[in-house]
Amino acid sequence: MKKPLMALQELSFRYGTHGAPVLRNLSLNLEEGLVTAVLGPNGVGKTTLLYLMLGWLHPDEGKLMLDGRPLGEYGQRERGQWMSLVPQREHIPFEYSMLEYVLLGRAPYLRPLESPVEKDIRIASHALESVGLDPGDRRPITKFSGGERQLLMIARALAQQPRIILLDEPTSHLDLRNKRMLVDIMRDQAAEGVTLLFTTHEPEVASACANRVVLMRDGRILSFGTVDEVMQENLLSTTYGSDITVSEVHGKRVTLWF
Amino acid sequence: MLQRSGSTHAVSGRIMALLTLGLLAVCALSLFLGRYPSAGFISPAALREDELARGLIVKLRLPRLLVSLLLGMSLGAAGQVFQMLFANPLVEPGFLGVSQGAAFGAGIAVLYLGNAAWVVQAMAAVCAFCGLLFTYVLAHRIRFGGWILRLVLAGISVSALFTAGVGVLKYVADPLHELPELTFWLLGGLWHATWLHFYSILPVVVPSLAILCSLRWRLNILTLSDEVVHSLGVSPGRERAVLLGAAVAATAVVISVSGIVGWIGLIVPHIARRLFGVDTRLSLPGSMVIGGLFTVICDDIARTAMAGEIPLGILTSMLGAAFFLLLMSQRKRIRT
Repeated sequence: MKKPLMALQELSFRYGTHGAPVLRNLSLNLEEGLVTAVLGPNGVGKTTLLYLMLGWLHPDEGKLMLDGRPLGEYGQRERGQWMSLVPQREHIPFEYSMLEYVLLGRAPYLRPLESPVEKDIRIASHALESVGLDPGDRRPITKFSGGERQLLMIARALAQQPRIILLDEPTSHLDLRNKRMLVDIMRDQAAEGVTLLFTTHEPEVASACANRVVLMRDGRILSFGTVDEVMQENLLSTTYGSDITVSEVHGKRVTLWF
Repeated sequence: MLQRSGSTHAVSGRIMALLTLGLLAVCALSLFLGRYPSAGFISPAALREDELARGLIVKLRLPRLLVSLLLGMSLGAAGQVFQMLFANPLVEPGFLGVSQGAAFGAGIAVLYLGNAAWVVQAMAAVCAFCGLLFTYVLAHRIRFGGWILRLVLAGISVSALFTAGVGVLKYVADPLHELPELTFWLLGGLWHATWLHFYSILPVVVPSLAILCSLRWRLNILTLSDEVVHSLGVSPGRERAVLLGAAVAATAVVISVSGIVGWIGLIVPHIARRLFGVDTRLSLPGSMVIGGLFTVICDDIARTAMAGEIPLGILTSMLGAAFFLLLMSQRKRIRT
């Protein structure tokens, strides 16, 4: 088996010193160039997992290895060049233009006293174009719809030129058309060799684009494998604590929760 | 310079150049403006003949001009930093206990420490920093809310405590000698500004403004949430602390000389964002230039318009509020 790009080994984490454990002895390998979906009920610790992978939170026990080295050994700029985050939502009270906003993604390549140059502007413009937005559009981003904002956040993450993109429930606020667009973007990025991990509570999105699926329950991994292996009725029902039927429609796995 | 569509970039650049030239011109003209020998401008010819006038300009007007310039630049830049970091268009640089701390310190000096100018300035500066320290410590003890809410609540509380302290000082002050001194200090003014004052604030203001200027693009990033800032390879706590520290340091030392001069830190960042857009690469230096311009003009009016000196704080509040109303009643942005 190929060496995993990112390896989580026996991670345990709780918030504060007296909080309930959120993650218990969780181990996961992220393979390069694959799209991995993390499914689980609300509050199971999907976002916590992302923040641990980002190095924003530190595990109480266990190790995180990125490309064979412990995550802690990476400098913050280096880590920013490796991984980018697309948060679930972002409140932006300032009227930046799209380009100004996406340009912020170039931060890992600039020292504290440096400012973006021509090359950064080109990369940011290209990132905007790859999500279908026009870099010349000078509308303030405060006037954007939810779907457009999601695309903006992805464009900013792309401007970071990362090897790994972590997405926190990227489709929750998107309509069907935008969901499709997002899935296409994720597949395109994977085709270019980027490794993606996204959390979701919509199994369909996993069926649509994931190469690997992780089912989380009670802070542990219930199952890990391909869509066909993992998206089974018994496993999904256990994960969500609810009766779920899985069906195949036009060769695609569809889950019925009602 | 950040390149946008050619025309907007050129427009912003031209506005910045015009404002900077305007500032230099206003500064130069201000040296010739005053109430000696009569209210208005003194001609260069008269200046050549009048030794007293020359002395006046070098010993009084020039240091005062430089102090008002630094005051305006500091409050303008600090106001922009605060409004961006706190995502709140209504904060002023002194609100974290700095302004009211300075007022309390000045009051203590006026009433109990002999009222010498340097003592008042030193106490104001020390207590301004104490105010910030209390705010910081209190914010750490608050258990709920994000860092912005904690700091704002702490800042309001500490400011309120110091305001109460100032109230007590006003109450016990001798109404003939001490109370007027304190009142005038609180109203803000630069009538006593000398070269000594200038040299005392220069070593803090210049490095602080230099730090703010060099980190001006990073300020945009630090307005995002902590996790996103971290994911961009930037340390949110550390870099915000550096920016806030530099902004507060500059604010504390300039108001220790000028007293409480309000509205500059509130209105100037708004004007700068209207003219240059939100991106702090331009709006931060813009705030410095506009702050300097606004303050120098206000101070010129303060010392020239009437026979007696008008406290600077009154003028900045009046003109600042008027400008603010004008700005808010406009529908379109000045910059397209």
